[in-house]
Amino acid sequence: MSAPAVAEPSPAPTSVPSPVLTTVIRGRARRATRRRLVVLTLALLVAAAFAATLVFGQTYYPPGDVLRVVLGEQVPGASFTVGRLRLPRAVLAVVAGLSFGMAGVTFQTMLRNPLASPDIIGISSGASAAAAIAIVTLSLDETRVSVLAITAGLGVALLVYTLAFRDGVASTRLILIGIGIAAMLDSVTAYVLSGAAEWDLQEATRWLTGSLNGVAWDQTVPALVALVVLAPVLLSRARDLSAMQLGDDTAAALGVRVERTRVTLIVAAVGLIAFATAAAGPIAFVAFLSGPIAARLVGPGTSLLVPAGLVGALLVLAADFVGQFAFDTRYPVGVVTGVLGAPYLVYLIIRTHRSGASI
Amino acid sequence: MTDVGTRPAPDAAALVRRPARVRLLWLLAVVLALAAIMLASVAFGSRTVPWGDVWAALGGADDSLEQAAVTKRIPRTGLAVVVGAALGLAGGVMQGVTRNPLADPGILGVNMGASLAVVTAVAYFGLTSPTGYVWVALAGAAASAAFVYTIGSLGRGGATPLKLALAGAATSAAFASLVSAVVLPRNDIAGSFRLWQIGGVGGASFERVGQVLPFLAVGFAVSLLSARALNSLALGDELAAGLGERVAVARATAAVGAIVLCGASTAVAGPIAFVGLVVPHACRLLVGVDHRWLLPFCALGGAALLTAADVVGRVVARPAEVDVGIVTALVGAPFFIHIVRRQKVRAL
Repeated sequence: MSAPAVAEPSPAPTSVPSPVLTTVIRGRARRATRRRLVVLTLALLVAAAFAATLVFGQTYYPPGDVLRVVLGEQVPGASFTVGRLRLPRAVLAVVAGLSFGMAGVTFQTMLRNPLASPDIIGISSGASAAAAIAIVTLSLDETRVSVLAITAGLGVALLVYTLAFRDGVASTRLILIGIGIAAMLDSVTAYVLSGAAEWDLQEATRWLTGSLNGVAWDQTVPALVALVVLAPVLLSRARDLSAMQLGDDTAAALGVRVERTRVTLIVAAVGLIAFATAAAGPIAFVAFLSGPIAARLVGPGTSLLVPAGLVGALLVLAADFVGQFAFDTRYPVGVVTGVLGAPYLVYLIIRTHRSGASI
Repeated sequence: MTDVGTRPAPDAAALVRRPARVRLLWLLAVVLALAAIMLASVAFGSRTVPWGDVWAALGGADDSLEQAAVTKRIPRTGLAVVVGAALGLAGGVMQGVTRNPLADPGILGVNMGASLAVVTAVAYFGLTSPTGYVWVALAGAAASAAFVYTIGSLGRGGATPLKLALAGAATSAAFASLVSAVVLPRNDIAGSFRLWQIGGVGGASFERVGQVLPFLAVGFAVSLLSARALNSLALGDELAAGLGERVAVARATAAVGAIVLCGASTAVAGPIAFVGLVVPHACRLLVGVDHRWLLPFCALGGAALLTAADVVGRVVARPAEVDVGIVTALVGAPFFIHIVRRQKVRAL
């Protein structure tokens, strides 16, 4: 953990590098290489899955046709299927995956607990309930839906934090309070859906587990804009976030303005969650899974934001593809990620409990 | 149980042992409240029915549309009463067995486990008989209870309230997403998505109530008979053993009673959470911590709460209905949060 402090003044005594210093420097270089390699591989996999989503489906379109559609040419048949159906869906899959992955790992790092991801502590449920109310009950347009979703997400984050605060925030208490809030908000969502004319399964799954079925550009564009605006904000704070993982006092000693950074990070992460949720619903467990998977791949000591985002995008693309074509019936993406995430959630509880009371 | 004056030591003694007169008064009050709620449950619904028709229908008349509507509400009320009583009692027993103020069949994942077992058996093993539903639900409830308790007691400190609640809530969330994976593509599964995900008492018939009644009767009997043992367990395992209680046997018996209640009620009404959490806490305020009084009160209180929640769900969104599981979550989750906040940090 003291690696940066030791390695910082490295330029001065280059003549006789001590053995400890060389080990540290080599370790850092090795980790950086590994990280670069992982990020590159993940990016390539996301690109491949994205391309596959466009090319394969009920009907196969040759890559040449698909490329021409993407570049804006008119290709009979393919223009509609690829341009209007598959492209917005694939783009939203990537955007939502990146948003959930980055926001999830931000919360997990900041609260130093993998269970403190926004989809478990109720933030996604809040955004989802607000979006369901806005769309099903109030029939608002996309902008207002997103505004409501982000307001609700921030409100829930503030509420959970306030309720959990008592001589400091113990993370188990925060998680359990978040779970309670999530139960209420999911009930609100179910209530909104039952107040609708009939129980529409398509809508219900979208707001309860997340789905990309029937996605059009109208939904994709706001989420894309939010990602373009908010992801750089998170990335610019990546160093501060890593420092905050060492504890607020240590971070402050390292020159991080803790409170300001925390507010910035929370607002940006909740914004990502809210916009992605307003478009695709709270795709189950993606925010929760991406961070730990990325940590396994990359190893310790580096920022997880980019790898976690890429893992999220890959998860959503792959799960959507599997859900659509691997079985007789079409599953919404949230069901597939939910089945993946459920055992991992239980495993994580077992591991944290066994390793001691440091939940 | 004589009427010892509470004046000498008002706080501590009053909490533990209420005068019999006070308890009987509360008993009367709760029974009257339950009767009033049951009447409301028959009288109110999506269709407005004049009182004359309500009385006529209760007398067996079935002539007009209004009277027919009331006749359909009677089995529904019956189901809400028995399921509510089962869940309230199961919550009381679970809180006693685990000595955990956060125990509840829903929070500990027992109901969702029963739900998952039923939908899996229906979807993949062709289960159709309603009695089979109950047996499968019992197996699912027992398996998930054992599973959650094992996870919750791993590591230092054993099964602390917060650890157990966390294990249960996580297991519940995990099971819930598995339930949606099983049910979503299968519209033919009875009750479908809503019943097995949220829980409700709509679509009840006397036939369905009758099918679970034997199981519930066994569960009620076992649970109520374990009241004395739960009183001993409340003193701590060593002291209970010193008093001649066979701790492991007592705990296992009471747990079996609670699991039977959870499994049977989930088989007819789906996974309903938070009833078993709220009711015992409220009843403890009324009659103190003696399980011989507490457990019957939990049953009555649970019946009253669930039936009232069902009436509210039918009235607020007319002509649509809000499932009773939604209402109980909205009422119960704030209470859950309140208890979590009260837990001391050292319990982490």
